[in-house]
Amino acid sequence: MSGAVRRRGAALVVATALAAAALAAAGLRGPAAGAAETAAMAPLPVTELAPGVFAYQAPYALIAPPNRGAIANVGFVVGRDAVAVIDTGGSYAVGAALLAAIRARTDLPVRWVVNTHVHPDHLLGNGAFRAPGVTFVGHAKLARALSQRGAFYLEQSHRQLDPADAAATVIVPPDVAVADRMEIDLGGRTLLLEAHPTAHTDDDLTVLDAATGTWFLGDLLFVGHIPTLDGSILGWIAEMDRLAGRDVARVVPGHGPLGLAWPEALAPERRYLTRLAEAVRSEIAAGRTMSEAAARVGLDEATAWALFDEFNRRNVIAAYHELEWE
Amino acid sequence: MLDDRSAAVRPGGDRAVARGAAIRGAAGTEAVPPASPPRGRAGGALRRMPPFGAVLVGTVLAAVLLAAVCVRSGVATAAETLPPDATWQAIRGDIVGDAAITDGEGIVTVGAPYRADDAAVVPIDIAATLPGGRRVRTLTLVVDENPSPVAATFTFGEERPTLRLSTRLRINSYSYVRAIVEADDGTRYMTARYVKASGGCSAPALKDEEAALANLGKMKMRYPPPATPVPTAVVEPDGKPIMAQVMIRHPNYSGLQMNPVTMLYIPARFVTSIEVSQDGERLLSMEGGISLSEDPTIAFEFVPKSGDPLDVTAVDTEGSVFSGAFPLSDGAG
Repeated sequence: MSGAVRRRGAALVVATALAAAALAAAGLRGPAAGAAETAAMAPLPVTELAPGVFAYQAPYALIAPPNRGAIANVGFVVGRDAVAVIDTGGSYAVGAALLAAIRARTDLPVRWVVNTHVHPDHLLGNGAFRAPGVTFVGHAKLARALSQRGAFYLEQSHRQLDPADAAATVIVPPDVAVADRMEIDLGGRTLLLEAHPTAHTDDDLTVLDAATGTWFLGDLLFVGHIPTLDGSILGWIAEMDRLAGRDVARVVPGHGPLGLAWPEALAPERRYLTRLAEAVRSEIAAGRTMSEAAARVGLDEATAWALFDEFNRRNVIAAYHELEWE
Repeated sequence: MLDDRSAAVRPGGDRAVARGAAIRGAAGTEAVPPASPPRGRAGGALRRMPPFGAVLVGTVLAAVLLAAVCVRSGVATAAETLPPDATWQAIRGDIVGDAAITDGEGIVTVGAPYRADDAAVVPIDIAATLPGGRRVRTLTLVVDENPSPVAATFTFGEERPTLRLSTRLRINSYSYVRAIVEADDGTRYMTARYVKASGGCSAPALKDEEAALANLGKMKMRYPPPATPVPTAVVEPDGKPIMAQVMIRHPNYSGLQMNPVTMLYIPARFVTSIEVSQDGERLLSMEGGISLSEDPTIAFEFVPKSGDPLDVTAVDTEGSVFSGAFPLSDGAG
């Protein structure tokens, strides 16, 4: 284990439970105990991408009651002694469905839950994995991001999910913070976790299964689903250049098909973000306002991506906000 | 994926809109929200602004409860029928007192998205050309449904017949956004636009807090070229106007953002005033609050009095003062 690894106490978890209780008292729906009320979801249909490496490919969708929050890819890696989970989905129910998929494949204990970043569709399933002996791991900036956004994400769950699914869903902050790199030993199998500088978010973390060369990129890689910008467009473009040089067997994007060739899988995202930055710069230079730019930029990418209408304008706004300071 | 701050990605909201559209279609008419309220004295319901924390906590709880109720019961009835401006009627007296208000349609335009893409950063473009030789004295931006409805008030040192100003606001829920332009003879013109947004005040826009705090107070001035030419019919007796965009790095913490672990609100800290002057004379001053987005920015049109730099001074709630001088040539073009 190298790099700065910081232990965070169980105090956080206790505090979160208190927070949930307080929310319940304030009129929100119940805390984690409500999990029992959630109708079980069928085990997530996972694919074995390489020996011991499994992932679920989510549909391109927004969180809504029918999908119960299962809109981001999630996965797990099985070692000789233990299992590591990579992202947990957008609700407690999805986390439980992932756990059911794991149980259908192995009886080994889940020892690690790795969150690739703060977005709710990737980590609101954490609650289903909370148990003695399970360690939650995230980027060094994940805890802070969660502390700022967690309440908003839970509130949002009540708008997006059925009441029982929202009620069962809780925030579980990381126990271990990765500032640089960290290795997880699953017994005869090592996962390499790497914290990245601000790109998709300010807390992107990737997971490489060294044995098979399978790289879980989280939302640093979007395929098919329009990339969403919540960090830094310049940082993301720069990080893509670094990521592209890596020699890996296959990658798993945060959204899109599983087990893709690298770096070929990166090409569409790179094109979109590069063109977005160029076009927004032109708009700024031409004296167009943020709203004018939002209406004009990226339209030639409209047919290339799922959920384009839902996120392109917001990407323009985020890019404009960043690039006007250049 | 990120989150649903955009009204467009609210499943519940979309359902309501679709239903509303169907109803309007059946009636064969397009429902247009009223642009301005009836004239006259506002009702007695004054919305005082109690101490910050108290009102914010209450509002957030109320909003959360309301959201929980509304979503399950088919969302905002306001989206299906015409959104009433009852809130405005209640707060009007606090904002303009008994003053008469003239319908600003055709005089004051409010550029705002019908659906906000990011409720924490909603770009607003205001333009006005006053009739009858009147000149613009102040501009007030109001977001009816925000916890603190007056987003900002701008006072122009240089009174001109036209106004162009752009800024970015947080919008907490479906709301009218109003621009009230006060002329030098006291006439007030008001135009309102309905904007669908949610969570703008409670959602942190901060994408990288470390960078944001490290840069707090940093300022920049841009002199963007006019993207759209000023109408030639407008007489500019005082010279040729140019645009200036003041930008200040500041998280503008709204006080509505909660830490779920401690259950404490992140304390409010925001820019309360910005003043731009040239040669010691004020061009523009702004008084604002939590509705201004992170990294507050104001782009405005003015006629330079000379070739001298613009001086900018901003103050936040902690009393921090940020200032800078920006030569007109810098960043021009």
